[in-house]
Amino acid sequence: MNPLFEVIRDPDRCIKCRVCERQCANEVHKYDPDLDKMISDSMTCVDCQRCVCLCPTHALKIRPNENQFRPNSNWSHQTMDEIYKQAESGGVLLSAMGNPKEYPVYWDKILLNASQVTNPPIDPLREPMETKTFLGKKSQKISYDANGKAHYEKTPYLELDVPIMFSAMSFGSISKNAHECLARAAEELGTYYNTGEGGLHEDFYKYGKNTICQVASGRFGVFKGYLDTGAAVEIKMGQGAKPGIGGHLPGMKITDEVSKTRMIPKGTDAISPAPHHDIYSIEDLRQLVYSLKEATNWEKPVIVKIAAVHNVAAIASGVARSGADIIAIDGFRGGTGAAPTRIRDNVGIPIELALAAVDSRLRDEGIRDEVSVVVGGSIRSSADVVKAIALGADACYIASAALMALGCHLCRSCNTGKCNWGIATQRPDLVKRLNPEIGYKRLVNLVTAWDHEIKEMMGGMGINSIEALRGNRLMLRGVGLSQKELDILGIQHAGE
Amino acid sequence: MIIDAKNYDYTEINKIIRESADEKFELNNVLGQRYLGAGTSGKELLITGTPGNALGAYLNGSKIIVHGNAQDAIGDTMNDGAIIVHGNCGDTTGYAMRSGEIYVQGNAGYRVGIHMKSYQDLYPIIVIGGKVGDFLGEYQAGGIIIVFGIGIEGCPVGSFCGTGMHGGEMFIRSENAPTGLPKQVCCNEATEEEKKSIRHYAERFVKHFGGDADELLMSKFWKLTPNSASPYKQLYVNN
Repeated sequence: MNPLFEVIRDPDRCIKCRVCERQCANEVHKYDPDLDKMISDSMTCVDCQRCVCLCPTHALKIRPNENQFRPNSNWSHQTMDEIYKQAESGGVLLSAMGNPKEYPVYWDKILLNASQVTNPPIDPLREPMETKTFLGKKSQKISYDANGKAHYEKTPYLELDVPIMFSAMSFGSISKNAHECLARAAEELGTYYNTGEGGLHEDFYKYGKNTICQVASGRFGVFKGYLDTGAAVEIKMGQGAKPGIGGHLPGMKITDEVSKTRMIPKGTDAISPAPHHDIYSIEDLRQLVYSLKEATNWEKPVIVKIAAVHNVAAIASGVARSGADIIAIDGFRGGTGAAPTRIRDNVGIPIELALAAVDSRLRDEGIRDEVSVVVGGSIRSSADVVKAIALGADACYIASAALMALGCHLCRSCNTGKCNWGIATQRPDLVKRLNPEIGYKRLVNLVTAWDHEIKEMMGGMGINSIEALRGNRLMLRGVGLSQKELDILGIQHAGE
Repeated sequence: MIIDAKNYDYTEINKIIRESADEKFELNNVLGQRYLGAGTSGKELLITGTPGNALGAYLNGSKIIVHGNAQDAIGDTMNDGAIIVHGNCGDTTGYAMRSGEIYVQGNAGYRVGIHMKSYQDLYPIIVIGGKVGDFLGEYQAGGIIIVFGIGIEGCPVGSFCGTGMHGGEMFIRSENAPTGLPKQVCCNEATEEEKKSIRHYAERFVKHFGGDADELLMSKFWKLTPNSASPYKQLYVNN
C-alpha cells in the first residue's frame, strides 16, 4: 500500500516546535532527537489539514501522493487501492462524509433570475424582506362564523427565522461539544438542530424548543421525557448517504456520556437495523406517526425523513398520507459518520431531481399543503438554498456545511473516531479542541451570512417574501441540461 | 373511572385518561382502539375487549391489564410499567422496550422482544405463556425474554430466533433446543442456578394467570445468550 498523501515540510521554515506532533491523532509527525528534526510518516495521514492550519511558520503542506500506478482510464488508482485493501482484509469498505464521486451537481446547472427594468429589484438592506418559514400542515379549510371571524384547524408547526435547519447528527457520531455548538446556534438563529438517533444529552434539554428529536429503528434514548422536550419528532426511515442501510456505532465509541444519552450500557454496540421492523407499509408508518402524536399529546409536528431513491415521489406521496406534518428528503450526496463505500457512492439519486419530482407529484395529487418539504443532502451555499426553495422546498437541512463551519476539512475519516478537529470523535483530548463558545458563533455567522445572501438574491428577483419564492420555478433556468432533465426539474433552458 | 369505549375513538379515550385526575380506569367494550395509554405514567388501565395496535407505546410507568387479546406492537419503546394480557398478542411485542414487564398468558406473534435493551437499573422482562412466531429476540440488546410454551408440543419458538442478538438473555422451556440459530447466539441447557434467576418472573406469571411455578421450573429450559460482545466488528475495512 502507498500513502495517499505526502506531507511536505519546508526545513527552512520548521522551527521544531512540535505543534504538528501534538495535534495529529494519526501520529504522522514525530521529533527525532538524533537527527534533531521533525520527521513525518505520510502513511497514516488523512489530509485533515489540522497540522497545516496550526503550524505557526506555515512550514507544512499536504498534497496527493505523486507516486501513481501506471495510468489506466478504466482502473483508477483508487479502484486498485480498494482492491488491495479488500484482498488484504476481507472487509467491507467503510467511508465517511458525502459521496465524493463526479456525479452531476444540478445546483450548478441551474441559474437564477433577476429583475431588469420592469418589476424592479428590492434592496434588502433598506426594505423589509421576509425569510421566516413555517413548517407543518397548511390548513386548507377556513370557515367564517356570523361575525366574520375565521376558523381553521390549527395543527402543530415549527417556526423558523431562516429557512435553514441543522440536519440530524447523533451524539456518538459527533462530539458533545459539536452538539453544543449546534444547539446554541439553533437557539440564537431561531431555528432547529436535530439530535440524530443517539438521544439527547441531559445538558442540552434546555435547548429543547430548538431541538428536533429523532426516532430511528434502534429507538436509542427514546422515552417520554425525550419526546416531550423537543419541538418536533423526526422518524428516520432513511439517510441519503446510505439508503437501505442501518447504523452501527461500535462499542468503543459508546463512552460514559454516549451510553447515558443512548440509554445503553457502555462499550456495547449500538445497532440500528436497516428497517423499522414494525413498518412494512404506509399504514404501518401511519401507526408510528400517530403513536408519537398520541404520546406527545398532539402538540408536536412529526417529520418523516426518507432517502432520495428512485421511487421517491410515490414514497413521499405515501408519507404525506401517513399523517406526517413534514417530509425530509435526504439526497445521495448527504454526509455520514460511516457508510459502506459502495452504498454511499452508488445508491440513491440527486436531491435536486428528487425534490422536483416530489413537489410536482404532491401538487398533482392536490396534497402539497398536507405537508412541508425539507431537503438536505449537500446544500452547500445560500444559492443552493434559494434554488431548492424555488424548486419547491419549504426549508433546507444542512450538516456537512455546518461541520465545516466548526473546522471540518472533509478528510472523510469520521469512521476512525480520530477527528483532529474535535468533531467526529469521543476522545476527550480531541473533543476539547472544539470550543463551543467559538464554534456556535461560527455557525451563527455562517447561517446569518447565508440569510443575507438569500435576501439579496430574492431582492434581485423582486421578491420580498420567501413564500413568493417557494415553488416559483419560473425563477430558474437550466444550462447544459437535456430536455429530460429539464422536464423532471420542471424548468426551462436558459434563453427560453 | 369507568369508560364504555364503544362510544369513543382512541384520541378521545387517551385524552380522558391523560386529563383525568383519576388513576384507575376501567375500559369496557374496547374494540380496536389504538395507542391506549401511550406515554402515560401513574395510571392503571383495566381493559376488557380487544385493544388495537401499539397498546401502551412509550409506556412510562402505567399498568395495563387486558382481559382479551391484544394486537401488534404492545409496549413499543416502553420505558417502564407493566402490560398483562389475559389472552394472546400479535407481532413486535415490546419493540425496543427498555424497562418494565410484559406478561402474556397465551401466544405471541413474530419478532417478540425485537431490539429490547437494558440500561443501568432499567431491565425489561417479557414473559410469554404459550408459543411465539419467528424472529424471537431479534437484535436483542438486553433484558430477559421467557417463553414457557405451556401446552405446546415441540419447541415453542419459530425460526430465526435471536437473529442479530447482541445482549440480554432468552429462556425457552422446551425438551428440544430451538433449531437454526445464528452463529452469534449461544444456546445451552439452563443450569439450576440459572433457572433460579427467572423464578421471580415465573412466580409473577402464575400470580397473574394461575399455575404452579415449581412445576414450570422443573422442566428443561434453554438459555440463549450472545456469544460475543462485538460479533460484527471484523466486517469492515477503513477506506
